[in-house]
Amino acid sequence: MLQSPNTAPAIELRGISKAFGPVQANKDISIRVAKGSIHGIIGENGAGKSTLMSILYGFYRADSGEILVDGRETPIPDSQSAIRAGIGMVFQHFKLVQNFTVLENVILGAEDGGLLRPSLSKARKELARLSRDYGLEVNPDARIEDLSVGYQQRVEILKALYRQADILILDEPTGVLTPAEADHLFRILRGLRDQGKTVILITHKLREIMEITDTVSVMRRGEMVATVTTRDTSPAELAELMVGRKVLLRVDKTPATPGEVVLEVEDLRVTHNGVERLKGVSLTLRRGEILGIAGVAGNGQSELMEVLAGIATATGQVRLLGRDLNLAGHEDGRDRRRAGVGHVPEDRHHLGCIMDFAAWENVAFGYHREDDYRRGPFTDQAALKADTAAKMQRFDVRPPLPDLAIKHFSGGNQQKIIVAREIERNPDLLLIGQPTRGVDIGAIEFIHKQIVALRDQGKAILLVSVELDEVMSLSDRVAVMFDGRIMGTRDAATTNERELGLLMAGVTETA
Amino acid sequence: MDYATLLQILDSTVRLAVPLLLACLAGLWSERAGVFDIGLEGKMLVAAFASGAVAFLTGSAWAGLLAGIGAALVWALLHGLASITFRGNQLISGVALNFLASGITVLVAQTAFQQGGRTPSLSGEARFNELTLPLAETARGVPVIGPLYADVISGHPILTYLAVLAVPLTWWVLYRTRFGLRLRAVGENPAAVDTAGVSVARMRFSAVLITGVLCGIAGAYLATALQAGFGREMTAGRGYIALAALIFAKWRPWGALWATLLFGFFQAIALRPDVVPIPVPALEALPYVLTVLVLAGFVGKAIPPRAGGEPYVKER
Repeated sequence: MLQSPNTAPAIELRGISKAFGPVQANKDISIRVAKGSIHGIIGENGAGKSTLMSILYGFYRADSGEILVDGRETPIPDSQSAIRAGIGMVFQHFKLVQNFTVLENVILGAEDGGLLRPSLSKARKELARLSRDYGLEVNPDARIEDLSVGYQQRVEILKALYRQADILILDEPTGVLTPAEADHLFRILRGLRDQGKTVILITHKLREIMEITDTVSVMRRGEMVATVTTRDTSPAELAELMVGRKVLLRVDKTPATPGEVVLEVEDLRVTHNGVERLKGVSLTLRRGEILGIAGVAGNGQSELMEVLAGIATATGQVRLLGRDLNLAGHEDGRDRRRAGVGHVPEDRHHLGCIMDFAAWENVAFGYHREDDYRRGPFTDQAALKADTAAKMQRFDVRPPLPDLAIKHFSGGNQQKIIVAREIERNPDLLLIGQPTRGVDIGAIEFIHKQIVALRDQGKAILLVSVELDEVMSLSDRVAVMFDGRIMGTRDAATTNERELGLLMAGVTETA
Repeated sequence: MDYATLLQILDSTVRLAVPLLLACLAGLWSERAGVFDIGLEGKMLVAAFASGAVAFLTGSAWAGLLAGIGAALVWALLHGLASITFRGNQLISGVALNFLASGITVLVAQTAFQQGGRTPSLSGEARFNELTLPLAETARGVPVIGPLYADVISGHPILTYLAVLAVPLTWWVLYRTRFGLRLRAVGENPAAVDTAGVSVARMRFSAVLITGVLCGIAGAYLATALQAGFGREMTAGRGYIALAALIFAKWRPWGALWATLLFGFFQAIALRPDVVPIPVPALEALPYVLTVLVLAGFVGKAIPPRAGGEPYVKER
């Protein structure tokens, strides 16, 4: 059967399979992406979206299956072939050389000859044209390290367009953007589509899929479970397809009844390598409320968490239940835990657990000197394992095996183990950072419920998340951080995304 | 100190700086591509041995040079195999190759020549002899500049002039060519190069092989120009001083020239305790003290290539 090239899909995948060792990342995947459309691919972490796109970009080779570009079978054994076939990719983690200029990054790998000068001047002209055509303004002589992430992403898009990509793949492009930057990106993508380019958008955010795509394909556990027209579907239906069962998208909670003040922070300042990361942060947190900190990553949220958790030093004042905490480094994480502060770190793999250690050992961290885990000078392993097994049951951790190394659990189950460890010590204050990063929807629902239940027991919760949806739905109050300062605090029930988005970009209303 | 003495010291500064400069540029190529190379010392040593031995056997310094380069290339390939292909630890590979070089040179030298681990003394065409640059003798009459030209600039073996030429050449290739752009990119963010469809391993191997060639010239210089034959451990830590100079130079070609001239100057005055009343150990320690000061941030900031020392693995 011959298809005329005009109606052939821009991309067609037939029966793509790929395994990493025993893990089947992609199972017999077939998909057609219409030319001149924005096609979303949605699925949970680990559903195989990124693997599939990496195969399409020649970063990995499929074990079986074929790839058709514009109706012609096109083997893509490496990235060079993908580029030749007109496929460009914007990775989640940008592939830019930080101390090169925009121009140098754009030509890297697509130079016109042995000498740089002609390539650079050609690219300069071409970049000016692309900027004009697609609204992608960026200074060609700026160094990448001096650009904001939004602009860095534009450079990635320009790189693809400079290589004459007709098909642009974007992997989780909005994770690092403010809502305003994300809106701008979407305008650019619509512009690209209207000029005949094909865009494939990989995301786990339902809202983005609904907002910008024409068609959406849903992946679950390495399989393509459905492809639907965006207009004819709903977030609830997509979520159900992603998880395989009905899920609650909104957090179910009653209004907060704040009690006595648990945490008072005044004029907190942190300077790191000569750069002031916190520039006088003050906040108050009461019993029975969740204070969410919103903001684009890197605006001081991590420093705030680390100071409160006792793993970084600062100047200023922090009072916990009326007692001044020592911020000069005389108290460590263990002192904080004893004072009633639980801490679920933002970066689970870096600060939350030791990946090669067993689950029960990870459950002990931070509490390993507590009496119930000890027998004389020794660790009471039996008690620890029993406690871990009990926690696993209460938190529905699968598989419920205390001896299994924590790296063998899924992200969601790892996070459940850590949340269990911190919650079950009955802290007065829980610091919880990125509670659902790399966590599947089912586990997100569970963890959110636990946080709300803790609040209802009269605990104070400080939540830091870069997912604005999460902060808005989980918090009672939302404080927005930008450039080491709190730009404003809003009531979560009455604020909206636009208002918070402006604060996240550092814009304060001057009324 | 009179002018003649100063000229003598400057002349030996140049002589002592040349192997440092070649080794420093060698390190620069490798590290700019993201492969740390603590094995400059070992590569120079095998090159010194191979060039000394082959120059003696053939009576040709040029044959010795080729042999030196060949030997250093074998070491460079081993380092590349360990650290690029098999993604081993670059420091361990470098240290291991240094030990291997240190042992094998003496062993083979002793077995082959029975002269206490040395190669036989070279003379005539088996050594790189000093070249007199045009007009050197005529210019000598010109005050100040004349003797400087005749005694310091002129009168070095050809390898010295090659080493100095390698500086602008390195600069030009690194900053003005496609190869240089890709090479620097691979030392900063190999994933960017990989996704651009360029082989990271091939770029890194190219860099490591250039390192081998430069170390080979440095070793040949030691055995067939500076000295007349190979002697055990004749590199005497020059590979490590070159690494210090590389940091001092902030991984830049022209910086490498000035840094190695400075370090060569320290070595030159250490040879003249009659002129400069500074204890020799203090002078020998100076390059390292200066490097520590640079690393501590007292003399501007030295930022190494960001991907240096890390084997490249495709992320999932």
